[in-house]
Amino acid sequence: MPLLYLAMREDGWLTDEGMTEVAAWTDLTPAQVQAVASFYTMYKRERTGRYLVSVCTSISCMLLGADDVLHAVEDRSGVPHGETDDDGLLSVEHAECIGACGGAPAVQVNYELIEGVTPERARALVDWLVKAQPDSVNGDEMQQLFGGITSFDWAVAESDSALGPYPAFGPFGTVQENR
Amino acid sequence: MSELLITRRMTDHPADSHTLARYEATGGYVQARRATGMTRDDLVEAVKTSGLLGRGGAAFSTGMKWSFLSPVRPAYVVINGDESEPGTFKDRQLLERDPHQMIEGIIITSIANEAHHAFIYIRGEYPKPARRVQQAVDEAYAAGYLGTGIFGSDFDLEVVVHLGAGAYICGEETALINSLEGRRGEPRLKPPYFPAAKGLYMKPTIVNNVETMANIPHILAMGTDEYRELGHAEDTGTFLFSVSGHVEKPGNYELPHGMTWRELIYGVAGGIRDDRELKTWIPGGASAPWFVPAEHLDLPITKADTGQAGSMLGSGAVIVMDETTCVVRAAERVVRFFAHESCGQCTPCREGTTWLEMILRRIESGQGRAIDLDLMLDVSDNISVGLGWPPKQTTICPLGPSAVSPIISIAKYFRDEIDDHTANGGCPQLRKPVPVSIGGSR
Repeated sequence: MPLLYLAMREDGWLTDEGMTEVAAWTDLTPAQVQAVASFYTMYKRERTGRYLVSVCTSISCMLLGADDVLHAVEDRSGVPHGETDDDGLLSVEHAECIGACGGAPAVQVNYELIEGVTPERARALVDWLVKAQPDSVNGDEMQQLFGGITSFDWAVAESDSALGPYPAFGPFGTVQENR
Repeated sequence: MSELLITRRMTDHPADSHTLARYEATGGYVQARRATGMTRDDLVEAVKTSGLLGRGGAAFSTGMKWSFLSPVRPAYVVINGDESEPGTFKDRQLLERDPHQMIEGIIITSIANEAHHAFIYIRGEYPKPARRVQQAVDEAYAAGYLGTGIFGSDFDLEVVVHLGAGAYICGEETALINSLEGRRGEPRLKPPYFPAAKGLYMKPTIVNNVETMANIPHILAMGTDEYRELGHAEDTGTFLFSVSGHVEKPGNYELPHGMTWRELIYGVAGGIRDDRELKTWIPGGASAPWFVPAEHLDLPITKADTGQAGSMLGSGAVIVMDETTCVVRAAERVVRFFAHESCGQCTPCREGTTWLEMILRRIESGQGRAIDLDLMLDVSDNISVGLGWPPKQTTICPLGPSAVSPIISIAKYFRDEIDDHTANGGCPQLRKPVPVSIGGSR
């Protein structure tokens, strides 16, 4: 699974070539690798934008207006959920519970979390992404700019947060050597 | 307010509760160091006596689980941080704000179960918690608390942080093991694949939840008697409740069991927003059957009382819905989740959850028929025979029966509202039908 993340990091999404390469490294067939990749929502096997905006629409977020947040994101960006714009900048999706129910409704950009998002703040977020096009997105920064109520006190911000483009995190799961 | 245990450090020291320096300054790693001189029997006995029940949802005795471990070696310890049950956000707080507490629990658990490799499986949608845990693991390695000869003893322990990739089902322990091995996260049949005997790489494996791990150092530090006293009767220790939905003060609350639902919802969580009426609530995560004020508000919050009333405390997620909530829509959201997350191995779940979702959506959008409720109950009966509690499942894992919980709940308490939907052209609260475009895509 870490290899699939690496392949995705390389291409921005999981291409057939990427999966074939992972298959070669792991001594599996491409079909076996695709079978694993297709099981997990976060392995994107279609072209995905630089910023993936995921709006949680599960029960707790829905109760507090997540559907309106999703519609606000779709309207402002012109990208229906499940799709990517022509420039490859924004992808929009609705997500199942992202563990931010106390700060509902919640939105993630490249899996960096923002809690307490209203439709207005969601529109501002889309505008900001299009205009600022940050190299990497930082949950603490976006929470400051566009967030509201949180599930719990976030306390100190991360000093060295989200790294690089989508997916916004490095390769975990590799045993570290020379301890 | 009661005694805080596992959220004490983050409450008192918000600025640096996640660092090794703060952890050690507040008594951290003393118990892990002590445990290196203890035997498996001592540690298993202590945790068994403490009465600690697993905090991942199934509430099974952690000590019993440890005692079932097969004597074959190597053994592995796997930490379940795949928190994805709708309504649950407690492990995220523990991972982000006090990762060393969990790591100390992992060290003790590994010593108790003679495991030299532990894996922390964190859901892919939690990059920040994963970064925090990785930093903490790195700190612990650098201090000599992980790696070769921990705390100067002859015990070796490697800890690996592993990220999931978006699949709720990986919270099921055998699915998690499959996922950790790099496979599709499909649950395994039990028997024969009990993790205690045939787990990760077919070796004996202990799978414990993040919150369970956070409790372990405190059990050793306080002693089992004091730990038991902190709780309420059979439900020992404290419990993290994640309260969300239409309450004034949503959030995670660390509390002992035993208070009533009224005290939790109206006291701790500040009551219903805008002084509205409480309509219904889910007491233990999306998988649990719902409660209603007329019957359950003064029920004590204990595992036994909740079970007798036909539901469960599960992961401690309390989802509160006020009078403005359309229960058909709420049920649709819960069922949609399970339909999306069904792994597809078992036909009753794969087909059943999808049909339940589609039927609910058509009722909501005004195309429901009078027989649809009976149809849903019939489909549900194929997943959970007899529709009782606890469910008699026809599937490998409990995901399918979880999708039945909202159906039996609305059929039991809100039949009139469903009939109103089917007779009068859909949801009375909506001028326009639910956009069919939301949901369903896999």
